[in-house]
Amino acid sequence: MKYKLTTSDYIFNSINYIMLTLFTLTCVIPFYYLFINTISDNTLVTKGLIVWLPKGIHFENYIQILKIDGLFNSVVVSVGRTVLGTALTLIGTTFLGYAFSKSEFWKRKFWYRFVLITMYFNAGIIPWYINMKNLGLLNNFLAYIIPAIVAPFSLILFKTYVESIPPSLEESAEMDGAGYITKYVRLIMPLSKPIVATLAVFSAVGQWNSFTDTLFLMTDPKYYSLQYMLYQYLNESNALADSLRQAAASGSQVSLATVLTPTGVKMTISMVVVIPILCVYPFLQKYFVNGIMLGAVKG
Amino acid sequence: MVGAKKLLNQQGFRLFLMVLPLLILVFVFSYLPLYGWIYSFFDYKAGRDLFSTEFVGFRNFQMMFTDHYAVTNILRVMKNTLGMSFLGIVTSVFPLIFAILLSEIKILRFRKTIQTLVTIPNFISWVLVYSIAFAMFSTSDGLINRILINSGSSEEGINFLASSNHVWLSMLGYGIWKGLGWSAIIYIAALTNIDSEQYEAAKIDGAGRLQMIWHITVPGLLPTFFVLLLLSIGNLLNNGMEQYFVFQNAMNKDDIEVLDLYVYNQGMVGYDYSFATAVGMLKSVVSVILLFFANFLSKITRGESVI
Repeated sequence: MKYKLTTSDYIFNSINYIMLTLFTLTCVIPFYYLFINTISDNTLVTKGLIVWLPKGIHFENYIQILKIDGLFNSVVVSVGRTVLGTALTLIGTTFLGYAFSKSEFWKRKFWYRFVLITMYFNAGIIPWYINMKNLGLLNNFLAYIIPAIVAPFSLILFKTYVESIPPSLEESAEMDGAGYITKYVRLIMPLSKPIVATLAVFSAVGQWNSFTDTLFLMTDPKYYSLQYMLYQYLNESNALADSLRQAAASGSQVSLATVLTPTGVKMTISMVVVIPILCVYPFLQKYFVNGIMLGAVKG
Repeated sequence: MVGAKKLLNQQGFRLFLMVLPLLILVFVFSYLPLYGWIYSFFDYKAGRDLFSTEFVGFRNFQMMFTDHYAVTNILRVMKNTLGMSFLGIVTSVFPLIFAILLSEIKILRFRKTIQTLVTIPNFISWVLVYSIAFAMFSTSDGLINRILINSGSSEEGINFLASSNHVWLSMLGYGIWKGLGWSAIIYIAALTNIDSEQYEAAKIDGAGRLQMIWHITVPGLLPTFFVLLLLSIGNLLNNGMEQYFVFQNAMNKDDIEVLDLYVYNQGMVGYDYSFATAVGMLKSVVSVILLFFANFLSKITRGESVI
């Protein structure tokens, strides 16, 4: 039966399309606006003439910001914590999740709760800070990656997934004399690729976006992440002006159009922060969605 | 000895030993900090040994309710915390509405594109949201002000960011912008579980589109909405601090300071560790009580727990 559109349907549809399109534009235009302002002639940007289209396209901003003191280092910190942190989270959390899926685990219920409670309860930020300090994790790169090894929410997702794998598969591996580690490496991990990919994506985005841990724990610029650098540049125009002078002194500037301005720095670092996410996002979207669906099933 | 040997021969105990290092990590990073609670019973001064400072018992807790200055501040902070949480709860119906509107779009490609694009803001950090707010609203370089100035509707542009007017609303706005698409996914998933025969039957009965939404779609999504609503009761005090921290400035500080940010400002900026710990402790305890309350509500109304 074909549904016939009435006048009220047409009105509803039009309003609906317009509203959704407008909201979608608000999600897209800011990124576009940042981007065209980072690649346009910097004198035009300063005059406020770049609104809808880029003019005088150049990519000098992206080359120059890496010359700013400490910026390249912060890229290394951010990439490092994302790669190492994600790898460690995956190993630690999936193995623990696998162990918790075994009914013979010693006092399983107690230990599982022991881990899950940490999602709902924490001591507060000051005690957390004092603890990190006592552990010697202030101004220490390990502070970014060690606490992330066990991620409770990911653990639930992984355990639930492993429990859906038919036990007969593991039983046949046991016949061949495989122990827990062999089964985990040879059988469970290959079968769990989709969920592992989902967890990897969540963990990587979390690490890349993390900001407050740098704020609390790091005073040595050596450990500043890209997010933290961006925050500083957004707020401290003095620091910014200094860096710019350094950058200008280190390179020979030919044209005013490509000289980095404070606004240029803010916008260009923002793009550097967001480009990796925008690039991987379309490919990884299905994993994000998988993740929230699995979470929803649990919740 | 015999008991220990027996235990070691158990497969399950060996498995436990294998993951013991991981469990120790959980203990070290999530349970060990509880030790810091004792700071709230001292008059701790940064840089000194804790036990060389004065033991004050519950004075830091009493201060929250008796000291005039502290009381004024805490009332202000609680107003901000609960006010913004409340606005968040009221607008938590937006993702539901968004999911319904999206499902009414019948062109598949258009629908998918919208869904993809509106989810992006969820994956950027609050610092970046702040940067984007800067790029949109700042007086000199903001897109909005450029448009206003170029079109002649304003001469100098409007300083949206520094103003203390409507801080709650602008924070809410950023939150919705960032989270709407993502929060809608859970409802989009729930929509697929609604039996399509119901719609067929309604069509035969001559129901219009809005009628079908109201009588079939909305009731189908309410259980999910209800679970999320209960969870948000448990999170009433947990606004987090990142968003408010990055948007905080001298002009809007009084209206933006939520509990988490207040604890940070008192402790990490003002170095009043003891008082900040006391406030944080109270917050943790109240949050757990709220969570149990939400769970209790869920058990009596739905027959299952939410945690």
